[in-house]
Amino acid sequence: MIQVKNLYKSFDGSPVLKDITTRFEQGKTNLIIGRSGSGKTVLLKSILGLFDIDKGEVWYGDKNFIEISRKERKQMRREIGMVFQGGALFDSLTVEANVRFPLDMFTHQSSKEKQKRVDFCLEHVNIGKPAFKLAPSEISGGMQKRVAIARAIALNPKYLFCDEPNSGLDPETATVIDKLIQDLTKEFQMTTIINTHDMNSVVDIGESVLFISNGEVAWEGTNKEILDTDNQKLNDFIFANKLYAQMKEEQNKNK
Amino acid sequence: MLRRIFGRPEKHKLYVRQLFQEIDTLGVNSVWIVIIISIFIGGIMTIQFAYSMSNPIYPSTLVGLGTRDVLILEFSSTMLALIMAGKIGSNITSEIGTMRVTEQIDSLEIMGVNSAGYLILPKIVAVVFIFPFLFIISVFFGLLGGLVTGPIAGVITIPEYLEGIRWLFYPYYVTFSIIKSLFFGFLVASVPAYFGYYVKGGALEVGKASTTAVVNTNILILFFDLILTRLLLT
Repeated sequence: MIQVKNLYKSFDGSPVLKDITTRFEQGKTNLIIGRSGSGKTVLLKSILGLFDIDKGEVWYGDKNFIEISRKERKQMRREIGMVFQGGALFDSLTVEANVRFPLDMFTHQSSKEKQKRVDFCLEHVNIGKPAFKLAPSEISGGMQKRVAIARAIALNPKYLFCDEPNSGLDPETATVIDKLIQDLTKEFQMTTIINTHDMNSVVDIGESVLFISNGEVAWEGTNKEILDTDNQKLNDFIFANKLYAQMKEEQNKNK
Repeated sequence: MLRRIFGRPEKHKLYVRQLFQEIDTLGVNSVWIVIIISIFIGGIMTIQFAYSMSNPIYPSTLVGLGTRDVLILEFSSTMLALIMAGKIGSNITSEIGTMRVTEQIDSLEIMGVNSAGYLILPKIVAVVFIFPFLFIISVFFGLLGGLVTGPIAGVITIPEYLEGIRWLFYPYYVTFSIIKSLFFGFLVASVPAYFGYYVKGGALEVGKASTTAVVNTNILILFFDLILTRLLLT
């Protein structure tokens, strides 16, 4: 579980995150949603320690990530997997080598053991053997995301972070990626945090949803509650998508 | 940043593997361009020396001597470093800069890898290691360029040229230039790496950073050339 307490972050004096307090549960897909520029990426990067925060606490289990030493923090990072918006696969390495990289760097496993783990991770994200030796530039965007997920889970992390995992993907592939992340979360009992503005993801896998507006927590709940909320800001965000506006209309008619 | 670059590696084996890759990419792949440039410059210098020393009061051996000393003292160390700053330097800035803007460096950091050390240290060691070899290759092929071009152009005979390149030879000149090439190797790798590592934005900014890195490296090479010449040669 990850807990964020009274987190503040500003850039050059202008506040971006204001008094964020929330918790992300283990074994659930926790979604952070909000408009572009609302502060969700800053929140994600602040939790990850990529940005130094102004004030507040970030607890990974029973450890305050902000207060632990640099060495401890480095150690803890090995329990964290991250899927970046663009995949962030290493261009100079093949698909297989990308997934093996964290194993090479942080484990003392034999080549055979490492290969077994690489095969396991890539098979879990449905990447076939023919793609193993290809460069990231030779595979599709959807495959790149899946390889990024495989790399993120290679070290068996306790925490998985995904920044806009569906951006740039067609709706069908996006659904596959969402389902994959949810399945892996359940299977490995990870604490997964997904940063998204894709409403399909929210409805499909949003077991816990945090809505950020203007750098503040504007709503918290689940995908089952989200369509019935009377929070105006959240409604404006959700029903900007015509499909969901239509769904809501039909739901009201049926009532 | 230097502290992070020279910090303790997470796994020595991976750094060594990276080092060999960099020696191949940055060093071995530069050998051909060094050979081609050196042959041409050696030939051109021989003809120019022969032209400016066409007065019979100058001994013909001066042509070989002049070509040799210019190659050893300035061209194969300083000029070559300036050329390599363009080739290797822009390569380093664009590679690291692209990794920065595509979040590959963030990805390394999140894994707990010292990204500055992993990406930059092998490049610095590789370039510092390869530069003295490039210097020696350049001197050899520069002299060979003069040897081939001089007689073909009809400005000097082979025996005269060979006598000239052996005349008044001070081995210290070679030591001096190797010391310079070690310094320049460090500059050619570290300055562009710095500009690439701290780039912000997108492809346009990576391009700008490459240009800035090459310009700054060139200025620093010339500045250190002056300092080292003053300290080691006078």
